[in-house]
Amino acid sequence: MPTRTKTVLIWLLTFTVMLIICMPGLWIILSAFRTNGEILTKPAIWIPQNLTLDNFRAIFGFGENVIGVPVSSYFRNSLVISVTSTFLALLIGMTGGYAFARYQFPGKSSTFLWLMLSRTVPGIALSLPIFIIWSRLGIIDTKFGVILVYTAINVPFTVWLTEGFFRQVPNDLNEAAQIDGCTRWQAFWKIEFPLAKSGIASAGIFAFLTSWNEYALASQLTRSTDSKTLPVGLMDFTAQFTIDWAGMCAMAVIIIIPALILTFLVQKHLIAGLTFGGVKG
Amino acid sequence: MSKFSRAIRDHAVPLALIAPSILVILVVVLLPLMFSFYTSFTNYRLIRPDTLWDWIGLRNYQRLLADWDFWVAFGRTILFLTVALNLELLFGLGLALLVNKITWGQRTLRTIMMFPMMFSPILVGFQFKYVFNDTIGLVNNALQSLGLTEFAIPFLVDRWLAFFSISFAEIWMSTSIFAILILAGLFAMPKDPIEAARVDGCSNWQVFRHITLPFLMPFIFIAMTIRSLDVARAYDVVDVMTGGGPAQRTELLWTLIARTAYDDARMGRANAMAYASILLSIFFTWYFFRKLMDARKHLGAF
Repeated sequence: MPTRTKTVLIWLLTFTVMLIICMPGLWIILSAFRTNGEILTKPAIWIPQNLTLDNFRAIFGFGENVIGVPVSSYFRNSLVISVTSTFLALLIGMTGGYAFARYQFPGKSSTFLWLMLSRTVPGIALSLPIFIIWSRLGIIDTKFGVILVYTAINVPFTVWLTEGFFRQVPNDLNEAAQIDGCTRWQAFWKIEFPLAKSGIASAGIFAFLTSWNEYALASQLTRSTDSKTLPVGLMDFTAQFTIDWAGMCAMAVIIIIPALILTFLVQKHLIAGLTFGGVKG
Repeated sequence: MSKFSRAIRDHAVPLALIAPSILVILVVVLLPLMFSFYTSFTNYRLIRPDTLWDWIGLRNYQRLLADWDFWVAFGRTILFLTVALNLELLFGLGLALLVNKITWGQRTLRTIMMFPMMFSPILVGFQFKYVFNDTIGLVNNALQSLGLTEFAIPFLVDRWLAFFSISFAEIWMSTSIFAILILAGLFAMPKDPIEAARVDGCSNWQVFRHITLPFLMPFIFIAMTIRSLDVARAYDVVDVMTGGGPAQRTELLWTLIARTAYDDARMGRANAMAYASILLSIFFTWYFFRKLMDARKHLGAF
């Protein structure tokens, strides 16, 4: 095959694949700015006649057509729950990751394996006992209850990622600092933490995204506007008599934007953390 | 002093450092799982709290073994995972090799490739519920506008089409994990062995089969391990798209657990099923983790 034809074929293939990846998401974004009337028209209207911000106004409770889904409360809940659980998971996971990277102790590898295995438990399977216990403890449908669960499900992965990043910081630096009169604590904060900082930040963003996107557990542990998160709230639309597609699309856009920004910020470190943590052992 | 307390004293610092991690997993994962293990031996129903003490031994498990709905959902879950994981690997490998070939605009392509990873599974489900909808869906609209079909195709209603649709959503969501990690492997690959093989007269296929692929294996297994850590997030996707329906046609193990526990309020029985799903997840992770360890040993040669 001539090189020219080959290049064209490769680009054509690439274009098709990228179209499949992007098209559904772009369609949702476009629909978020259309009216339900236009979405429901048959035969389909392909070129939008008039784009509008009404759907966004409606889900946040402005404008004339207010809908029954309290998106701003859900947004606030999602934010509070994700930020708090990320902070806690980072604090707990980082200390654990540091211990795994720097110390030898009996049962080290089996403890590590068990921590990871705890992450494999399907959310829906874990939700059953937690639902019963949290109900008895009276922390069902509270932000605290969800934060506690999210902290725990984020800890294993945070340990794994931070362990990898701490191990990349040469131990010599830490020892040199201690010879120069630093305590281990000072050596950590002045030498090791700054060097591993970008890695720790990406572990944090990863934890945030996990909490932000989680559905299986939240759908059972939250009931009202006190604690319902955005992914659970999206399902409110399906409970209504007619599905408000445009409103759902607008809410989907609200959910995706923070995730989009954070993933762009973290992409380089995340790949490095995942691959080299795994390959170099 | 006993051996145990000496071990604690000698390793006080690291043990204190990992204690919070262990404690939080203990409270939120381990103890609840022990509790649910207990309830799987009772006739516990949510609406009658006193049934928590109604010990019925192995009867939940016996009923499960004889329950046709359970086995159908279990079989469908295995089929779903087999189809999805294999195609994700295949497409991911293909996509990585394709992007690796392109030099102009590669960074942009890599970023686009990460796009599905940002989507919450619930959004992936919603997105394809919308795209495959029979009256207003993108696919049906396109097919009708192009005059390919006169009638709407019931993508989410017909048994096999619905299975195709949920698999499509799952594959769309997870292929990029494979593509990105395999691409990272391709970047890390030394060029010398490939050039040497070409000088020795190897064909493209031989180079790929005997040099590139073995080098990529650890990366493939990392992707598989990460992926198998949460095979169960397919629950979110399916719950939005079809809810396991219509008439249980897309019921997976996870949607069946949710239905039995929360709709039928039969917690004891649901917990017995939950244990099947936990074992399934652990099996997948453990299997690929061992493969990863083996592949790492072979990689030592490079």
